[in-house]
Amino acid sequence: MLDTLLLSRMQFAANISFHILFPSISIALCWFLLFFKVQFNRTGDEIWMRIYRFWVKVFALTFALGVVSGITMSFQFGTNWPGYMKTVGNIAGPLLGYEVLTAFFLEATFLGIMLFGINRVSNRIHTLATFLVTFGTSMSAFWIISLNSWMQTPQGFEMREGVAHPVNWLAIIFNPSMPYRLAHMLTASGLTAGFLIAGLSAYRILKGDHKLAPRRALKVALIACGLLIPLQILLGDMHGLNTLHHQPAKIAAVEAVWHTETSAPLVLFAIPDEKTQRNLFAIEIPHAASLILTHDYQGTLQGLDKFPNDHPPVKPLFFGFRIMVGVGMLMLIVAWAGCWQLIRTRELSPFMLKVIVSMTFSGWVATLAGWYVTEIGRQPYLVSGVLKTVDAVTQVAPQHVGISLAIYLVLYATLLFAYVRTLFVMARKAVLVDRPDELSTLQDQLANKRIAAEARV
Amino acid sequence: MNAMTQLNGEAFWLPVIFISLMGLAFFVYAILDGYDLGVGILLPADSELQRDTMIASIGPFWDANETWLVLGIGLMLIAFPSAHSLILFHLYLPTTIMLAGLILRGVAFDFRAKAPEDHKTLWDHVFKAGSLLASSSQGYMLGIYVMGFEQSVSAYLFASLSAVCVTAGYSFIGAAWLVMKTEGELQQRAVRWARLCGWLTALGIATVSIINPIISPTIFEKWFGSAAVILLLIIPAMCVGLFILVDRYLKHFPYPNDFGCWIPFASIAIIFLLCFIGLAYSFFPYVVPNQLDIWQSASAPESLRFILYGAAIVLPTILLYTLFSYRVFWGKATHLKYY
Repeated sequence: MLDTLLLSRMQFAANISFHILFPSISIALCWFLLFFKVQFNRTGDEIWMRIYRFWVKVFALTFALGVVSGITMSFQFGTNWPGYMKTVGNIAGPLLGYEVLTAFFLEATFLGIMLFGINRVSNRIHTLATFLVTFGTSMSAFWIISLNSWMQTPQGFEMREGVAHPVNWLAIIFNPSMPYRLAHMLTASGLTAGFLIAGLSAYRILKGDHKLAPRRALKVALIACGLLIPLQILLGDMHGLNTLHHQPAKIAAVEAVWHTETSAPLVLFAIPDEKTQRNLFAIEIPHAASLILTHDYQGTLQGLDKFPNDHPPVKPLFFGFRIMVGVGMLMLIVAWAGCWQLIRTRELSPFMLKVIVSMTFSGWVATLAGWYVTEIGRQPYLVSGVLKTVDAVTQVAPQHVGISLAIYLVLYATLLFAYVRTLFVMARKAVLVDRPDELSTLQDQLANKRIAAEARV
Repeated sequence: MNAMTQLNGEAFWLPVIFISLMGLAFFVYAILDGYDLGVGILLPADSELQRDTMIASIGPFWDANETWLVLGIGLMLIAFPSAHSLILFHLYLPTTIMLAGLILRGVAFDFRAKAPEDHKTLWDHVFKAGSLLASSSQGYMLGIYVMGFEQSVSAYLFASLSAVCVTAGYSFIGAAWLVMKTEGELQQRAVRWARLCGWLTALGIATVSIINPIISPTIFEKWFGSAAVILLLIIPAMCVGLFILVDRYLKHFPYPNDFGCWIPFASIAIIFLLCFIGLAYSFFPYVVPNQLDIWQSASAPESLRFILYGAAIVLPTILLYTLFSYRVFWGKATHLKYY
């Protein structure tokens, strides 16, 4: 029987997973837009503005989905996790408050000017609006990552009568894991947006778009990804070491280290078995885990046996981490191979274009997998060492949570389908922009289809 | 009330400041998202051109308008966390339905313009349905809240009445927004909508105002228990005056040079303000009627102080750039183009 706790966790996971898809694109997509706009201002080259115009529409759609799914988040704490605010509300509240005050209004207000105001304000104000939206989205990431990191590595507070009270705000905001997580997430967004731009642009070229705009956008995005991916691997390594220091149980689960050991091997693949506490079908590289995590060939890794009944589940962390790293490696290969082809021949081969199209949403996979690792890795705690998840959940009847979860799931599946489909429809429309003949044929076809449909009714 | 006398200084004032800020946020939300939800509810089935213009009139604003809801609910979460939990516990399902409505509406706005052409009408329906769902569930929640989360047939009836009332109110201010922001045939149509919704809203507000003191002795006592009743009755009197003003104005529409096209919108905003003052006066100092007052549910002073410093700087800035944005898009709505 599903209880309120499990249903609430599933609902939170569904909400936050759906939500993060859109900020993970929009945070960095906005920086790309700012780059396009600045390039246009600098060179006066119309092509930059065409790229801007196409991608600002994608941004508007993505942003709208981010806003509406974000509103849901602000209600979740009260509806499903009352114990959370009760225990750490004094700390979480202000951080969330600053996100609303310094980010949400800024982005939402100037988005209107950025989208629809270009003929109503001067070019300079329009560039400023683009910058303010960009700044707002990154600011929003800053506050929410700060709060999330505080839940992972809490400090700067004291407990009085079971309630956390702030002592040092700077220590709370800049808690130990915060800089790493923020850098890791912003770079992840850069890669997610980069591969989206590259993927849709490659799709347009494959569909016979002869214009310069998609080629230039593809080039910019591919180069950006080629630069970001090694940076991301470096940041990921630093973040991992930081986690090893502060949350050793999480790393033990990620690496499926059941018993404390020296010269630990790196498990490339295995099926971790919680019951017998060992790895089945393991493929290992000797000494490698010790080398990566302690930077010492014979370093000691703490095993899960050090944290009896107090460590996260192993399987989701073990596989989630490997999916993230695997996609990251794919990104590295594709981005560098693409850049290499561009340098050598200044054009991408049809095969390369197809590969890039297939990578359009790779950023989503890696981002979600990474977040699952870090969030499930905090279990059984909601706030490490302070509040257990089980103690924070609501008293609402499981039936009600079941109903709301079902509503959300249906809604999210539909919207995700519509979102992805719309992106490709927009790309196909863009292909036909400079071919009025074919565009009108397409519209005729649609009109005929509609007339036929009405005739049937 | 005894808690009030024991507290002094910061512990007394901070919750008062925050309940005022929260009230302000919800009030601004009701006006701003009120008109764009109203426009969504009024979308006509028979004219795509009019739908385009109506949606164009709210296009640059709706994102920011919804943010006021996040601010309001956020302030409650920050300043009165136990009230936030208690209220949302009781309103669990209506909240979910409202969120689903807001989600559908927000995405329909973008999908209608970008999805394949033959899906546009479908997304317009979704837009309308989402707006209706969000408004009526907000009204329903307000009703249940006012009844102190009582679970009885009369409470549900009252909440349903409140749902109709809020939906009518949003449509009213939405129609007034269209009177202000559009011209020609659509403007004429909006005038007819506004008159109809105006009557409905007036009826709703009157019924709620009469029922409320009858069922709640505390509220009766507050309104009619002292000599201040003369002063307090200014509120309903002004409401009646404004309703009549709007109706008279609309009856003789149109006027040369579009004279006073802003009068209905401004008047309705004041009516909303008066209703808000009435509600606030009825319930202060309770955040959850008769259960939890603002001092019992307030967060630690050190947290409230930290957020207040920021709010004191940022909120005026937000108001300034919101005004700037409205100035940029001043005048009659034109066709929405992304560049």
